[in-house]
This record gives sequence, C-alpha cells and structure tokens, in this order.
Amino acid sequence: MSGHPHGQSEHTPECRALLAQLGDYIDGELKQTLCAEIEQHLAHCDDCRVLVDTTRKTVLLYRQHGQQSRVELPAEITSRLWRRLDKEGCVNSSDE
Amino acid sequence: MNQADKELVKALHRGDRYACNDLVERYSGRIYNVALKLTGHPVEAEEVLQETFINACRGAGDFEGRSSLGTWLYRIATNNGLMRLRRREAPTVPLDTPPNAELAPEFWPKQLHDWHWEPEAVALTDELRRAMEEAVETLPDALRAAFVLRDLEGLSTKEAAEVLDISPSNLKVRLHRARLMLREQLATYFDEQPNGGGKGQ
Repeated sequence: MSGHPHGQSEHTPECRALLAQLGDYIDGELKQTLCAEIEQHLAHCDDCRVLVDTTRKTVLLYRQHGQQSRVELPAEITSRLWRRLDKEGCVNSSDE
Repeated sequence: MNQADKELVKALHRGDRYACNDLVERYSGRIYNVALKLTGHPVEAEEVLQETFINACRGAGDFEGRSSLGTWLYRIATNNGLMRLRRREAPTVPLDTPPNAELAPEFWPKQLHDWHWEPEAVALTDELRRAMEEAVETLPDALRAAFVLRDLEGLSTKEAAEVLDISPSNLKVRLHRARLMLREQLATYFDEQPNGGGKGQ
C-alpha cells in the first residue's frame, strides 16, 4: 500500500483484502490463486510486506514460547488436587 | 476418540470413581498448562484445575462423546478460566462482529517497522517472555482464549472452535485480532530495545 501508512484512514482495496486474509495466509490455509495475488501485492507494497513479516514472526515467537513454557504439574499442586477431589467425593482415594 | 478414551468414557458413564482417577492422571498436566496460560496466574490456574476436574467428574454422565475427551476437558477448563477473567476489569473492544465485516480501526496495524531478525535466532530471554505474557494479558478475554488454545496450546482451528463452542470462522476472526494486537505490542517492545530486538543474532 505504497504511500498510505496503515495506521491512517486511506487503504487501497488490495491492502484491505490482504489484512482480511492475513490469518489464513500465514497459516497456509489460503487457496493458491489468492496467495499469488497477495504475493504480487507484497512485491510492491512495503507496509503490507512488513505487516505480513512481523505478524508471522509474532506467531512463531509465541509458538516457541508456548512449547518452551510448558510446565510439569508441580507435586504439591497434584497432592492438593487429589485431596480436593477426594473431599468432594469425585475419586477413589485408595488409588492416589 | 481413541480406544483408551472410549473405555474411559464408558467407565465415567457407569459412575465408576476409578474412572475419574484415570481422567485426572491422564489430563491434569495439560489442563494445568492451559489454565496457567489463560489466567497467567499459578494460584488461579490451580483453582481452575480443581474446578475443572470436579465439574468433569460430576458431569461425566452428560458427556455425549461428540468431541474428544481432551476437547471436552479443555472446554470446561476454558469456561472456568474465562469466568475468572471476567471478574477482572474487562477491556472494551468489539469482539463478535461477523467474520466478513471490515476490521475495526483499532485493529489496523500502526507500527510498521521491519524486524531485522528471524524468530529462530532470537533468544527468548526472561524479559522478552515477560513482555510477551504481559501482552497476552491485555487481550480481551475472548481473543485471549482463542489465541491461547490455537497458538500457545497448538490446537487446530476446529478443536479450538469446539472448545469455545463457536464456528471455525469466528475462531479465525478472534485469532486474527489477537495476533494483530500482540504484533502491535511486540513492535513497541522491540522498538524500545537498543538493537531493535535482534538479540541472539
């Protein structure tokens, strides 16, 4: 969208179309013909190219973070969970 | 649903209390993780964990098997987590506009500077992780739930939509808005870094 910063009110129809399809494009769920149209637009629109690139990087960073931040259930939380479920009559405590 | 889950569902339907033990053993780790990401708080995550399994064990007879056991538990946990989030101050951002509607101006990207690095080359420092988690905490609840399930927990669009009981199109709309809001906040964070965030390069 050359000449129209995205934060302002003017956007070309191509920029609007790209923004609407950005999620599917990044997730690889867009039809090939639409991908080709987007890539044609990206070749001459710096703002949209940056938007696609930084959104893709945002998603990748968070996916990394999601995987790396997985925690083992702490033992004391497990113990309290069993105690609570036993108290509520939900589990058979002899199996803890 | 796999065979082990089918057997477990049968046992739950019979009211077998040992079945709840199995359910807890099999799924408590995953449920705690999603509760932690959703609430952003260990104490609340533990409460969500406990409530989820109390609800699940008591309501197991109502489980119809139309989704997987995991999806059903995620739904209970997400609802419990969202109830807690709603007790906090809720941001006022329009959420459920139709999927084909024009994106509201507040979601339009504002900061459009190149990030001159690849995610693989960026060290996820404690500071960056904190900034990323704080950004997630600013998302409106419905967007946050969609983002946590899809991008942090790695559920498919279909699974995340089932958990939230919305259509896949609506899930995509919420996810898209969440990603745009997070991108904006990360752009601010990286702009404030001395080298534009190119750590680890």
